[in-house]
Amino acid sequence: MSVPADHTNVVIVGAGPAGLAAATELKRLGVGSVVVVEREREAGGVPRHCGHPPFGMREFKCVLTGPSYARRLARRAARAGVDLRLQTTVVAIDRDGDDPAVTLTSPEGVSAVRAERILLATGVRERTRAQRFASGDRPLGVMNTGALQAYAYLERLAPFRRPLIVGTELVALSSLLTCRAIGAEPVAMVETGAGPTVPEVYMMLPWLLGVPRFYSAEIVDIFGAPRVEGVTLRLAGGGTETIACDGVVFTGGFQPEATLVRAAGLELDRGTLGPSIDQFGRTSDPRIFAAGNVLRPVETAGWSWEEGRRVAGFIAEDMKGLLPVHQGAARLRPGPGVRYVVPQRLALGGGGLSQLQLRLGARSEGRLVARGKGRELASAPVAARAEQRVLFRSDLLGPVSGDVTISLEER
Amino acid sequence: MSTADIAIIGAGAVGCAAARRFALEGAKVVLLEKGADLLSGASKANSAILHTGFDAPRGSVELACMQEGRREYLAIRERMNLPLLETGAIVVAWSEAERAALDGIEAQAIENGVTDVRRLTAAEIRLREPELSRSVLEALLVPGEHVIDPWSPFLAYLIEAKTQGAELRFSTEVLGGDFDGEVWRLSTSTGEVRANAVINAAGLYGDRIERLLLGDASFEIRPRKGQFVVFDKAAAKLVRSIVLPVPNERTKGVVLCRTAFGNVLVGPTAEEQEDRTRATVEEATLKGLVARAVEMVPALAEVDVTAVYAGLRPASEEKGYRIRVEAERRWISLGGVRSTGLTASLGLAALAVRIYSEIGQGHAAAKDPVWPKVPNIAEHLPRDWEQSDHGEIVCHCELVTRREIEIALDGPVPPGDFGGLKRRTRAGMGRCQGFNCNARLASLTAGRFAAPLAKDEAA
Repeated sequence: MSVPADHTNVVIVGAGPAGLAAATELKRLGVGSVVVVEREREAGGVPRHCGHPPFGMREFKCVLTGPSYARRLARRAARAGVDLRLQTTVVAIDRDGDDPAVTLTSPEGVSAVRAERILLATGVRERTRAQRFASGDRPLGVMNTGALQAYAYLERLAPFRRPLIVGTELVALSSLLTCRAIGAEPVAMVETGAGPTVPEVYMMLPWLLGVPRFYSAEIVDIFGAPRVEGVTLRLAGGGTETIACDGVVFTGGFQPEATLVRAAGLELDRGTLGPSIDQFGRTSDPRIFAAGNVLRPVETAGWSWEEGRRVAGFIAEDMKGLLPVHQGAARLRPGPGVRYVVPQRLALGGGGLSQLQLRLGARSEGRLVARGKGRELASAPVAARAEQRVLFRSDLLGPVSGDVTISLEER
Repeated sequence: MSTADIAIIGAGAVGCAAARRFALEGAKVVLLEKGADLLSGASKANSAILHTGFDAPRGSVELACMQEGRREYLAIRERMNLPLLETGAIVVAWSEAERAALDGIEAQAIENGVTDVRRLTAAEIRLREPELSRSVLEALLVPGEHVIDPWSPFLAYLIEAKTQGAELRFSTEVLGGDFDGEVWRLSTSTGEVRANAVINAAGLYGDRIERLLLGDASFEIRPRKGQFVVFDKAAAKLVRSIVLPVPNERTKGVVLCRTAFGNVLVGPTAEEQEDRTRATVEEATLKGLVARAVEMVPALAEVDVTAVYAGLRPASEEKGYRIRVEAERRWISLGGVRSTGLTASLGLAALAVRIYSEIGQGHAAAKDPVWPKVPNIAEHLPRDWEQSDHGEIVCHCELVTRREIEIALDGPVPPGDFGGLKRRTRAGMGRCQGFNCNARLASLTAGRFAAPLAKDEAA
């Protein structure tokens, strides 16, 4: 499809914390025209439907609920002069030509915008029931936390009354709180691991709410028609237990919303399933940047906001020709015990994001060791749970080229 | 109470096609469906292939109906805005034993009148399917095998039937009935229905309907479950043809093919079971299907799974279709119709009309078709999001607009449940499986379904 394109300086895809922070920062830095396209009816991204605190400590120095935080971010962007286009979906990125372009559909129809730089800030979603191959019938009432939150906080509806919650990442606790908000009473929390993904102390919440927790348990059957009637679990000991419920919430297992990355033919990282970037947020096409949770599963809104702001600074520098060349970057790869490393490339000359972001494969303690060309470049002690943020100062590596592997050496 | 010419039991593929055909013939049709929507049973889950009949049993009713049904589909589809993804199929030999079987399959294809088949060498296969595993030895190309939208045709047929005066009764289960020599009196969950003749298109319950209404069953349904895995749209560029295995006695085997919606599917399994209601997906089986797909097309290992589903085929204790005609009692059973029913449905409908002309009471004169056009939901043809004033994009993954949803909900044959809306629009069927749109759909469909998405308002 080819339609005549408008021109702008920067197009940002996604009006979540990262996209709005980047847009606001670009305007503050004097970039002329910044267009943010957002497919939803409201700006704000995932916090729009997290109707509970804490949001905004980093950005507004106060504790807000998700929706009021989302509204504040959007207001701030609008005041800065950002051109925010809601209900506008990017259907394609065209990388031919000197400047890349996005093809859009909105209630007005199809249009296109060409821009000097594009920033992808499309966020994450949770792994679906299908992606988890969960066995059983496929009745109404099976969903992710994101959908449950949208029922509760956007549509003011209750999809169920007595759901079973799968997973123990932080977002599982959001599921619990969201259930409370709609007057639903979760019947159980089920985790395949031997313990919770969040720190044990967080599990005070389900304990206080009287929600039974099952560890080393997995779903072997979801049954019911047309709505969920129950779930059968295989328990740690090998026995089974059937729990009556009218919904199942699959929480967490986040995955970058990287459909555009793939469709545009940009390099995708196998560890994060997001775009591969360098320390300035540049994807494999140096005119296209990425920031926020599209980079990796998963960070807080505050982190994504800060990342969006930082990458906006790099975009502004790049438009003045101040970033180092894109070619010849060192490649960072996760070694044994490490799930992913972001950024995946380090351009020569330093600068940019000063911390590498990693996740470990499982809860462990030991040393992170970076090796390149057969020798150890740097190491740092580490102790973290599976989904916990792990940082590694990139300046420890010194000037690097070629392949660098970061591995966990357990104590 | 008025008496219909024909009562059709079951609004699956066969029942919908029969309802259209008889309505066009001038008959007064009443269609009785237990589910809340058309295609609620076996017909909702299949591999969506429009077959040529190249491998169907020689001289069988199945072959004749498939070929007649296929011809009619191709003749009418453009007038009803029904898609055709012209993929062709390759029957692939992965072993020497399978290679040896290709001769027989080719001979059977030619005997079945599918004469444009030809053999492909490994090198030719690589040219046509560069992503297919290099372990392929040889293949038989069947250019006429195509992929269609497995749901929209039947919606189009029912809209046509309704326009021609057919009465469509959903959520209506046949509970009993008898024939007094003149008229069938069917007692149903929504009241008595009278008809001069009955067509049994009850799919998975075809034998039970016979036993209930005729006193005995001429066949026995043996449900055969098929599980499928659907890959993300990123997979569509990896495979061009329908990739068929060399079939065995029981099943056509696991197929890998694109869908009309821009995905790639792998399946089905063939699992015998007693239960006629539960079509469960199972983790180990689904993972096995993914592994099989990756064996065939290694690059699929890098592609996400979008959806999984399972369906029950109404197989019987014999391989062929089970046609029963009771002239005295003005009864036609179109039973034992398995996965080929998608292709054969229009042929079966035509067959039923021919049988009826021998045994029936006659009816008013034939009518001119009105050719209702159904909204396109196929990926390769223009979609509503490309037009202005579509309201909003509700389902982002499948780019389903609010206007498409409203048109479906307010259409002449509105969906009776959420599955029906999904089949009409694709809403919620994409890679996020409703993460983004499920709640919005609950609002947009409030008050429309007997089983609503939202249980109630938030407390």
